[in-house]
Amino acid sequence: MSDQGYVVTPKTPGIVAGRIFIYGLLVLAGVYFLLPFLVMVLTSLKSMEDIRTGTLISLPRQITLEPWREAWGSACIGVQCEGIRGYFMNSVRMVIPAVIISTMLGAVNGYVFSKWRFKGSEIIFSLLLIGCFIPFQVILLPMAITLGRFGLAQSLTGLVMVHIVYGLAFTTLFFRNFYVAVPDDLVRAARIDGAGFFTIFWRIILPLSAPIIVVTVIWQTTQIWNDFLFGVVFTGGETQPVTVALNNLVNTSTGVKEYNVDMAAAIIAGAPTLMVYIVAGRYFLRGLTAGAVKG
Amino acid sequence: MASLTIEKVSKSFGQVKVLKDISLEIQAGEFLVLVGPSGCGKSTLLNLIAGLETITSGNIYIDGKVVNRVSPRDRDIAMVFQTYALYPNMNVRKNISFGLEMRKVPREEIDRIVKQVSGILQIQELLNRKPSQLSGGQRQRVAMGRALARNPSIFLFDEPLSNLDAKLRVEMRTEIKLLHQRLGVTTVYVTHDQVEAMTLADRIAIMKDGIIQQFDTPRGVYRDPVNSFVAGFIGSPAMNFIPCKVREMGGEQGVVLRTEDERDFSLPVPPEAGPLGEWVGREVLMGLRPEFISDSIPDLEDNSRAHEIQCPVKVVEPTGADTLLFVNLNGREVTCRVHPDRAESPGKDMKLVIDMSRAFFFNPETGERIRD
Amino acid sequence: MEVEGKARRTGLTEHLQAWLPKIVLSPTILAGAVFIYGFILWTAWISLTPSGLLPRYEFAGFEQYVKLFQNDRWWVASRNLAIFGVLFVGLCILFGLILAILLDQRIRIEGALRTVYLYPMALSFIVTGTAWRWMLNPALGLERLVRQAGFETFTFDWLVNSKMSIYTIVIAGVWQSTGFVMALFLAGLRGIDDSIIRAAQVDGASLPRVYWRIIIPSMRAVFFSSVIILSHIAIKSFDLVMVLTRGGPGYSSDLPATFMYTFAFTRNRLGFGAASAMMMFMAVMAIIVPYLYSELRTQRRV
Repeated sequence: MSDQGYVVTPKTPGIVAGRIFIYGLLVLAGVYFLLPFLVMVLTSLKSMEDIRTGTLISLPRQITLEPWREAWGSACIGVQCEGIRGYFMNSVRMVIPAVIISTMLGAVNGYVFSKWRFKGSEIIFSLLLIGCFIPFQVILLPMAITLGRFGLAQSLTGLVMVHIVYGLAFTTLFFRNFYVAVPDDLVRAARIDGAGFFTIFWRIILPLSAPIIVVTVIWQTTQIWNDFLFGVVFTGGETQPVTVALNNLVNTSTGVKEYNVDMAAAIIAGAPTLMVYIVAGRYFLRGLTAGAVKG
Repeated sequence: MASLTIEKVSKSFGQVKVLKDISLEIQAGEFLVLVGPSGCGKSTLLNLIAGLETITSGNIYIDGKVVNRVSPRDRDIAMVFQTYALYPNMNVRKNISFGLEMRKVPREEIDRIVKQVSGILQIQELLNRKPSQLSGGQRQRVAMGRALARNPSIFLFDEPLSNLDAKLRVEMRTEIKLLHQRLGVTTVYVTHDQVEAMTLADRIAIMKDGIIQQFDTPRGVYRDPVNSFVAGFIGSPAMNFIPCKVREMGGEQGVVLRTEDERDFSLPVPPEAGPLGEWVGREVLMGLRPEFISDSIPDLEDNSRAHEIQCPVKVVEPTGADTLLFVNLNGREVTCRVHPDRAESPGKDMKLVIDMSRAFFFNPETGERIRD
Repeated sequence: MEVEGKARRTGLTEHLQAWLPKIVLSPTILAGAVFIYGFILWTAWISLTPSGLLPRYEFAGFEQYVKLFQNDRWWVASRNLAIFGVLFVGLCILFGLILAILLDQRIRIEGALRTVYLYPMALSFIVTGTAWRWMLNPALGLERLVRQAGFETFTFDWLVNSKMSIYTIVIAGVWQSTGFVMALFLAGLRGIDDSIIRAAQVDGASLPRVYWRIIIPSMRAVFFSSVIILSHIAIKSFDLVMVLTRGGPGYSSDLPATFMYTFAFTRNRLGFGAASAMMMFMAVMAIIVPYLYSELRTQRRV
């Protein structure tokens, strides 16, 4: 929070009008950002009748939770009509191991890159960094072929592994940047005290790492849960994550369009990451800016 | 307690040679201070002794055995860092005992040692606190406690007092000296502060640009500096360096000091100050400590070495116990230390006595001291 | 002989300890080498083959690339990328900067507003796309709302209009990412030394002028980062298009990412898809590599 450092100006009518103008614009912007979410919620609580006769922001004549029930358990996605429940669980089963493993590996890697530099380690780090930036289109085909050869095509395990591999670059970056700020003297003192590589990590570095672990876990959870590309390419049918299922639901060309169900499903699909954001938004922001500051 | 020998040690980081052929030897129980300006290589040398960096060439012996390839944990050394490097997630007790824990010392022994060490350093009440809850001085003591607990053969200190305020620094300095007197452990101490160096050392190694300029006792570097860098580095306020021409003066050599208002004073150079025979007609750099340009020289054995000059005072700086006068001689600003009661005010003429037996003469190009 | 004896005993563990960092890093290095660089080369190789449904590893020269350049849909996709890219980056930065400047004015509800501006970043592009798909629905969405508010002749059929479909992607994308840019700029603004601003005000400069002449120019680094990151997002845009328009109507809102997916995975033309992927890769590298290079250079100087 920057200090309240601007020269204090007297409260003339011009200034007050200026403040009102500023607040007005900001609130307007706030409305603009909230509107789609508002619309989603409203729509998900209306019957199709209401939708056909009302507008985007008209209130439901009668609030109904039927679209929600349908979205969860009976909506037709692809060939099945069991809602997005199964796909939601797929995402859960996929995100948890992917986040945990990529974070753990990132921590140890970051530790090595920051505290145990060796000849060429900086170059290797730079090369790894580039891995954060490649458009994934350029690895889709080989990965699909490779997963097929190992019998992991269209499997959740395969998807988890893909997320781990391509999440490593980010997690390593986060931890390495964090550990660089930890004084090198700590490691030196520990070495003199007789601690070895892993002891230093376990007893000294890791206990300091809570902030970055939180940031990394939040970042990875959001990225992996929200992913669509890997999901749509590397899974199929029953193993698809919730984002793919949502897209299928929304883009079905068969039957009557049930917009209220679509909206309910979208909210369900977006709820976990939204919850994470609301609870731990500060850390979310730190992850964004940390990634950005380093490019 | 162990002796330490550094034999022709060089260290390069890539293309940059940071230490060039360093050789030093200290006996068991000695307190060695490595002192010099930033970048001179003193911290690097300390890291080599500790085993935290590898030697590019040369050997290091602890107690007569080569330790070049020995890891830090096996060298039986302990180190106190400038930043203290206390483990933030452990309390003071655990910080002190961590090294013992790593060496699988039994529990009761650890407790005994912690008790003993915290008693010596007066940190018994702090044992359950975390480093973030300690003041700078307290952290420093804990860092020393951690080193003491290990009971090593050699203590290493890397500028441990730099982060303390001036008053605390002086207090801790005395404590370290007392500790050394009491325990007698071989110590290598790095600092950039020459006062610390002079007060703590049994022997001082003054370093610059990766080379040892002089390795001697404190008295030796003060009384007998080997070049103008050492002479100017030791002593506060710093030594004055005045360029002067050497001339023949009745069979001996002498130098001329010209004041700001164009008065010349010829001062004979006593033979012990340096044979300037070959330098007649050329310019030399005369080094004179402020304490030897004064209103009077008490306890001077031989009055023939004291010579008077008179010159206008430019600036007066009272420092309490004495007063510093700034005058201009041979175009250089010269600091003189006078008794506060006898200092003249700026603009007025002051009579100053120079003790020429304490003058040094240096080659103006190489900085080397001129002697036989 | 104590110390030396210990040295011999620990020689082996010392050696192991020295190698430990490299050993620990090796799985990642291996993964990076294979799954990033190896795969890029593999895709490049496929792009030089006549592969169709299954990969065939005969050399076909630049045949696929030639076909790519002759493909009308690819040109549409590329043109769309340019339009989308410029608008997306430009509008995000413009709105982000304005919002950041406004928020920097000691606003009491700043925390709440920031949360509101930033939450779209927490959503998947699929969720965002779904919401906007509904909102821009030709009959029941924005059009109807505005008509009911009195503007009887208002039409908004961009979603199904080939000429305008790409702009719907812009709308949804900007909505999602503006908050992020705002956060970056706000952090940058907060990093400016207040004394410079105070000096300017004492010199008599009005607040808008202070912003214009002093603050915005010192945001250069943030501008730069934002452009790079947003361009990167733009080039990779896939999710949003798939859910919002599916590239349609027809392929009027196609982007290179969706192009690649369509041809590689649904039209069974692996070599062709690989070529488009390589084109995307080279476009991204052209932006990122100079940026990373200059970043690492300035770091090393410091």
